[in-house]
Amino acid sequence: MVKYFLGQSVLRSSWDQVFAAFWQRYPNPYSKHVLTEDIVHREVTPDQKLLSRRLLTKTNRMPRWAERLFPANVAHSVYILEDSIVDPQNQTMTTFTWNINHARLMVVEERCVYCVNSDNNSWTEIRREAWVSSSLFGVSRAVQEFGLARFKSNVTKTMKGFEYILAKLQGETPSKTLVETAKEAKEKAKETALAATEKAKDLANKAATKQQQQQQQFV
Amino acid sequence: MNSVGEACTDMKREYDQCFNRWFAEKFLKGDGSGDPCTDLFKRYQQCVQKAIKEKEIPIEGLEFMGHGKDKPESSS
Repeated sequence: MVKYFLGQSVLRSSWDQVFAAFWQRYPNPYSKHVLTEDIVHREVTPDQKLLSRRLLTKTNRMPRWAERLFPANVAHSVYILEDSIVDPQNQTMTTFTWNINHARLMVVEERCVYCVNSDNNSWTEIRREAWVSSSLFGVSRAVQEFGLARFKSNVTKTMKGFEYILAKLQGETPSKTLVETAKEAKEKAKETALAATEKAKDLANKAATKQQQQQQQFV
Repeated sequence: MNSVGEACTDMKREYDQCFNRWFAEKFLKGDGSGDPCTDLFKRYQQCVQKAIKEKEIPIEGLEFMGHGKDKPESSS
């Protein structure tokens, strides 16, 4: 499950001023959470577009409940890549930005398109989309599925238990299962064997006594 | 702004200055040829790529612009 964001902003400056400012916007009073900035790839394509990849590190500010739940994530800054294509001929710029660590916790992806404002061509508009996703959503779904499966199995046991006790209270011999019959048969067999052993012992004793008596007679 | 490699910050700033001038005066005006910053960029990259490897920052093998395909919109 992904959370989706769509927004539009306008800057009251021309597209070329905005594109130039894009590379100079750090640091500013609103970017205290941005710790480092580096260009890690840059090239001009044959069709005169500028491709760049910028690496940013940002602080990982979380609410206290999140810090408690995800202590391993607290100590690490977030690494973010921002890919961009500047097309001066069409006066547009496209960016795609996403985090490359802490990804198991959450991934935020943002895609922006900068172009000349349709109402005022000395202004620049930004169309911004973002997708926020977390694999933790999959974990909570797995927990739910397991909980439901176990509950259903317990319902079956509940009903069987009810039927059993009702039958007993109503004086009926509760129908035995094969396992129970087998168990009973086993017990009965044990008893019979034990009885037979006792009887054999008894017979042996009697025979021994009789022999003794006979021997005594001939002395 | 600082570089992720502490030793690279000065090189980064030097390159940035060169780039910003070329970008506004040449590139945006349609003249994308003759990038005067290539040497500064090379020096800066040598430094920063080393720092990235040392800090084990996982920037390898990631496709430019994500996947380039249109992402689906999703409700809620």
